[in-house]
Amino acid sequence: MTKVFVNGVAQTFDGDADTPLLWWLRDELGLTGTKFGCGEALCGACTVLMDGTAVRACQTLVTAADGLRVTTIEGLAPNGDHPLQKAWLELGVPQCGFCQAGQILQAASLLKDLPHPTDADIDAAMSGNICRCGTYPRIHAAIKQVANAGAKA
Amino acid sequence: MNRPLTTPDAIENVSRRGLLLGLGGGLILAVGLNGAALAEDAPEKFGADGDDNGWRDDPRLFIAIDETGAVTLTNHRQEMGQGIKTSLALVMTEELEADFARVKVIQADGDEPRYGNQDTDGSRSMRHVFLPLRRAGAAARTMLEQAAAARWKAPVAQVKAQNHAVVHTPTGRSLTYGELAKAAAALPVPPRETLKLKPASAFRYIGKDAVTGVDRADIVTGKAVYGGDMRPEGLVYAVVARPPVAGGTVASFDAAETLKVPGVLKVVPIDPPKEGPPFQPQGGLAVVAKSTWAAIKGRRALKVTWNDGANAAYDSDAFRKTLEASARQPGKVIHDGGDIEKALAGAAKHVTAEYYLPHLTHVSMETPTATVRARPGGGWEAWAPVQAPQVTREVVAFALGDKAENITVHVTLLGGGFGRKSKPDYVVEAAVVSKAMGGAPVKLTWTREDDIQHDYYHTVSLERLEAGLDAKGKVVAWRHRTCAPTIGSTFGPDPKHEADDELGMGAVSLPFDIPVIRVENPEAESHTRIGWFRSVSNIPHAYAIQSFVCELAAAAGRDPKDFLLELIGPARKINPRSLDDTFNYGESPALYPMDTGRLRAVIERAAKEIGWGRTLPKGRGLGVAGHYSFITYTACAMEVEVASDGTVQVIRSDLVVDCGPVVNPDRVRAQAEGSVIMGMSLALTGQISFKNGRAQQGNFDSFPVLRIDGAPKEIHTHLIGGDFDGPLGGVGEPCVPPVAPALVNAIYAATGKRVRDLPIGATLKS
Ligand code: FES
Ligand code: FES
Repeated sequence: MTKVFVNGVAQTFDGDADTPLLWWLRDELGLTGTKFGCGEALCGACTVLMDGTAVRACQTLVTAADGLRVTTIEGLAPNGDHPLQKAWLELGVPQCGFCQAGQILQAASLLKDLPHPTDADIDAAMSGNICRCGTYPRIHAAIKQVANAGAKA
Repeated sequence: MNRPLTTPDAIENVSRRGLLLGLGGGLILAVGLNGAALAEDAPEKFGADGDDNGWRDDPRLFIAIDETGAVTLTNHRQEMGQGIKTSLALVMTEELEADFARVKVIQADGDEPRYGNQDTDGSRSMRHVFLPLRRAGAAARTMLEQAAAARWKAPVAQVKAQNHAVVHTPTGRSLTYGELAKAAAALPVPPRETLKLKPASAFRYIGKDAVTGVDRADIVTGKAVYGGDMRPEGLVYAVVARPPVAGGTVASFDAAETLKVPGVLKVVPIDPPKEGPPFQPQGGLAVVAKSTWAAIKGRRALKVTWNDGANAAYDSDAFRKTLEASARQPGKVIHDGGDIEKALAGAAKHVTAEYYLPHLTHVSMETPTATVRARPGGGWEAWAPVQAPQVTREVVAFALGDKAENITVHVTLLGGGFGRKSKPDYVVEAAVVSKAMGGAPVKLTWTREDDIQHDYYHTVSLERLEAGLDAKGKVVAWRHRTCAPTIGSTFGPDPKHEADDELGMGAVSLPFDIPVIRVENPEAESHTRIGWFRSVSNIPHAYAIQSFVCELAAAAGRDPKDFLLELIGPARKINPRSLDDTFNYGESPALYPMDTGRLRAVIERAAKEIGWGRTLPKGRGLGVAGHYSFITYTACAMEVEVASDGTVQVIRSDLVVDCGPVVNPDRVRAQAEGSVIMGMSLALTGQISFKNGRAQQGNFDSFPVLRIDGAPKEIHTHLIGGDFDGPLGGVGEPCVPPVAPALVNAIYAATGKRVRDLPIGATLKS
């Protein structure tokens, strides 16, 4: 029996040991904010936080999350008012929006490790997350905006 | 140029017959039956009049106000990232004189008999429904004003709608929209020709960046609903094993191992396409399970032998040679502007070039997916991310042996479309599987490999251009042979020639001032499923033509930007029909001529913005390209740096867009930014190739797209804007075509290397 704290709630899993976290979150727990984009850790659409660090849910087994905290986009901030979410709205980052949960969680992981990332840091941390709509310039700007606000605070 | 209000016809006030939307007895604006009733012997129709099922402007279809004053707008076009759901709501809110903060936008089901055309493609939503939806808003506003005047027993001339209320001008009294909703709902909809639209000077929303997009807060919190996010009671999950070669079929299969996978419920055969509508599934075997993961595992365990069929030998390397051979022979003449042989023979200098562009695949981040179930009371119900919901109803109905009116299509947000989701084969698959499961709700998911290996691909093309220059370097002869499998092959027996709309995307619609122009279209056969990809044939045509102009400039020893402007010639309006372009994006050639002045202006502006002519360090170069498509004029200028190992970095991009008047500037900018990224992707790495009939790519490792580290740090968009009485151009597609040629022209300036084959990578590394 695997026990995972998903968005602060203890959840148990006793399904097939090879089940990826992604499909458990989406199909069993109904947390559909986490998206399927490639299944091979190539696109970042399925990114969630595991104990605060970004992982690809499509290539992470549920059993690997045993005893850990998993945060999906639904649980990032209780009122959807995480500084990154606010910056994403202010700068109009999303187009179709499908990649954006993964982008935001990847950015949250980046800022946890590096509160004041350089352009190159942002490129390095975010280059696993594809946006086919091409919102990269705004993603970059939104991360900088949050980092700069943090710097002033 | 004025866009007239189209012919008035009576709007029947059906709300009095009690067809209510159930929002609590307010101004309930329900189903209407007016619109472009199409007479059989009608003259040629253009624009929205020519679209299937035409357009509607009945306010009761789109606008509801309840007694609290809450406004609900119905969006009947599909949202895939272009922002149309917000933009159309702004248009209605503006004319309604409502407060956008009190507006909610809901998504219409697919129902063209009710809403008029809903196909969201061709970059035409705004162009086609801007005026109808303004009229809908103005009609509802007028009804509210009339209701207030009646309440006050005052002449209508004394009242005025103002920010969600109606004011009695002489006394300053006012009534809110909520207070007036019920009385207004009882009034007849005013005749179209009596409506007064707001002057642009009074706009509060149209043309302003005044609001946040309607679904954006849901998107950043994970609440937004896409195609795969519905979870009806009793849901089962499916993936499909499809023939690896287009046109192939199942020869035999063994499902024993599949059925042993825990969670797998059933293996359901899907028939190959029958005589009937396009966009039927390819056929194959669906694995149905209790979870997506179990279905995926079950499919891996499936043993299938395929009949590969007629396309078993499709090989991209061999096919390229076939295209080259075809393009080196005369082809079907599309435009004959004089004696080309004589003009070429008399020229002082000749330049010939062949440009090759491979197949592309869309890879919207959301793969094709749909959920379908039997409706409790009969008929079927789908939740699906589709660009063409009415087409979806029709093809699902065909596959299930039912009628389109019995198929409900709830359109979710689309996680990207780019033309892929105009073809609803994936919804039909889910419907067929649901039927086989006794009507149970079935969520069918395409993996990325499914998506990349079973797409309706962007065509492959060989563009051969020949020109003659006189002694002064002026172009006196131009022959373009465009050679590419046609999308028409998806609709019936392969015609082997490009259709009028494909040719009209830049090949014949050539706004150049050259004495003799000839356009030919040699044969090309299709060996896979070909379909629309964002900006379609404009991609190869603009790429070849704008690259070739740069090559000609080099041959003439001229600056490429000056040379391009000179080829375009003086500002003038060209009737597309005079070039044998019968397409013109479905628009009237009289109302929408090609305006070379506007094309010149965007090119000049792009060059100015990037600092054309400045001195650059070694390894850097500037390039420019301009193109007319979808009634819009775009130009792209780029600064690139090419490293000694051939790596290309775009330092700066300036994209100039003249789409006429701009309704939602921020979303137009976003589309332009995204188009630069997509245009760079297709130029740098985009390639689907076939061997033994099978696509050789499978995921983002073998079909790479641009990532954040490859995106230009300096990305600038410049909107020209225009008069709201003038024509509206498209936005979603026309920014793509100039990007790739601007990029290769900049690479040429940086390195002296001319890239004629896409993707770029190979040429520079060799
Ligand atoms: S779905 Fe997990 S990285 Fe693409
Ligand atoms: S916003 Fe569409 S994929 Fe990123």
